[in-house]
Amino acid sequence: MTRAVKEAAAVSNLREFYRHFDGDALRDALRRMYLIRRFEEGAEEAYTRGLIHGTMHLSIGQEASAVGSCMDLRKTDYITSTHRGHGHCIAKGANPALMFAEFFGKEEGYCRGRGGSMHIADVESGNLGANGIVGGGLPIAVGAALAIRKQKRDDVAVCFFGDGASNEGAFHEALNMAAIWKLPVLFICENNKYGMSVSTERSMAVRNVADRASAYNMPGEIVDGNRIEDVSEAVMRATARARNGEGPTLIETKTYRIRGHSKSDRNRYRTREEIEEWKTRDPIGHFEANLETFGILGKDEVEAIRLAAEAEIAAGIEFARNGTDPSPAEVARDVYTGGAS
Amino acid sequence: MRELSYAQAVQEALAQAMEADSRVFLMGEDIGVYGGAFQVTGDLVHRFGEDRVMDTPIAELGAAGVAVGAALAGCRPVFEFQFSDFATLAMEQIVNQAAKIRFMLGGKVSVPLVMRFPAGSGTGAAAQHSQSLDAWFAHVPGLKVVQPSTPHDAKGLLLAAIDDPDPVMVFEHKLLYKTKGDVPEEAYRVPIGKAVVRREGRHVTIVATAIMVHRALEAAEVLKGEGIEAEVIDLRTLRPLDTQTIIDSVKKTSRLVCVYEGVKTLGIGAEISAMIAESEAFDYLDAPIVRLGGVEAPIPYNPVLEKAAVPQSDGIVASVRSLVTGRI
Ligand SMILES: Cc1ncc(C[n+]2csc(CCOP(=O)(O)OP(=O)(O)O)c2C)c(N)n1
Ligand SMILES: [Mg+2]
Repeated sequence: MTRAVKEAAAVSNLREFYRHFDGDALRDALRRMYLIRRFEEGAEEAYTRGLIHGTMHLSIGQEASAVGSCMDLRKTDYITSTHRGHGHCIAKGANPALMFAEFFGKEEGYCRGRGGSMHIADVESGNLGANGIVGGGLPIAVGAALAIRKQKRDDVAVCFFGDGASNEGAFHEALNMAAIWKLPVLFICENNKYGMSVSTERSMAVRNVADRASAYNMPGEIVDGNRIEDVSEAVMRATARARNGEGPTLIETKTYRIRGHSKSDRNRYRTREEIEEWKTRDPIGHFEANLETFGILGKDEVEAIRLAAEAEIAAGIEFARNGTDPSPAEVARDVYTGGAS
Repeated sequence: MRELSYAQAVQEALAQAMEADSRVFLMGEDIGVYGGAFQVTGDLVHRFGEDRVMDTPIAELGAAGVAVGAALAGCRPVFEFQFSDFATLAMEQIVNQAAKIRFMLGGKVSVPLVMRFPAGSGTGAAAQHSQSLDAWFAHVPGLKVVQPSTPHDAKGLLLAAIDDPDPVMVFEHKLLYKTKGDVPEEAYRVPIGKAVVRREGRHVTIVATAIMVHRALEAAEVLKGEGIEAEVIDLRTLRPLDTQTIIDSVKKTSRLVCVYEGVKTLGIGAEISAMIAESEAFDYLDAPIVRLGGVEAPIPYNPVLEKAAVPQSDGIVASVRSLVTGRI
């Protein structure tokens, strides 16, 4: 079969996701997934070598959730992110070089070296920030959605959070307000089975985070978070509802973090078998296989995307290392808008 | 004597308190099989079981309230906040409830609750995981606030806190967890409300808290080489404040420098300075009182800025030197 024939044959019974997005968009999605993966591997290595200090939370294994959620968003749509936020940031359009500059504490970094991994944000691409406080972003997303409505825009606010965060009061308060005011907000719970060491079985009385949606009279949808098409289609339905004034949706993406919670995790609360089992459900491998099977990308094209991502990450690290160190004399700048403190 | 790390000393106090009193139990995030974010509870869950080393969901406000209720009803909970910054999420239960219930109920009940808080900067954890909020809580009548600076005091003050019938907040500086020191094996107490003179001197009194005690002692050693003898007081308790130890020292040295990591303005140094100004020691002062505290900003991520944001020993040396040189 020629490629064109193969494509035509495949397209006829392809699911919505592969028909909605054209080849460029799908290619770009794969590129972003690779960027996230390589970004985090690069950050991890730099951390291990002592080039980056503090701590970091890696989302390796959760790339489909981040990219699938952001694929159909506009630049003017907002996201609020979490401590595990590198993927969200890249998915929404950030430049990895400027993220690395942040990790290296440089003035060129997105937060001028003041925030680091846990506060990574690219406001220009609509990312209102990662968060050091579990659940901190939930009401903030509702507030952004309120502003959107007051300004009569048809944008949406997408709030990422973890399964653990759904046990915070802020989650329940935020969902209730979003629901009573019918605000254009998507609550995307990346359920990776654990809040640090505590499993959802031990910390929640219900089985699924999405089950909690019914308490706030909003749709609650569960998707396979490692399958980009499942995530993206659910998000497209929810954004359509939100833009149409029909209110919020709770989406639960079932996924898994392959790495430890943070750099100090000894993985005592889960088994090696569980980790290995989830490695076989790699979201990038799944997407790549589909793109090839459906004739959207050839092996060589995938290889080119992977190599380009690697090159971009290497260049980003190089850029960051050569960045400018902030001056200690400016330790109290930007506390207030006016500059005074 | 036997040496333990600060974290081990805290763990030993927790274990001894649980062995001695079945009412004592631990609550917190990831304190069970994970062993605590700073490995303070370590293997305690294996020794005492999940009923007494309880992992809570991530729900600081609610879980703190559960601890308050359990304390009211006869238990002795010891609640670990994963970072002291998260006290802000539980402010309601700490400040409105735990601190005031006994008073509001006319003294009919008490709240024997201990809360432990890993605090302070220096780990690259940025603005929401590095704060020193001890002085906020020392402002609240009904709470007691302690800040041990050594493994010895970490154990002794924690055991005293668990004995105490009222809510006690224990601030543990994260950079101190790995420091080592002599710790007796028996279950001893360090009294709440008593400061200690860590080093005697006659030219200047440095009152310090937590990790600043160590930086002040380092500074004192350098100053000694210049002929300046600094007396270093480890405050240990912020509320109730041991005013007498400070007054006595200032009467001897005639100079006072307060060093603390929390934001300088409206911090513990302001209270100590005002207390001295109101006391009989005021007449003995030969120089203005100096406060060295955190800068008027959140803690930045960049390591150089992070260091610049809080007092370091060379800064203490420079301040004391300019206060004293040519005047002794
Ligand atoms: C209010 C608050 N409590 C606790 C923490 C410490 N902490 C950081 S991440 C985390 C686990 C969060 O779990 P989840 O929401 O499931 O997100 P995940 O880490 O799995 O992505 C915890 C306990 C925090 N940063 N903020
Ligand atoms: Mg989780």
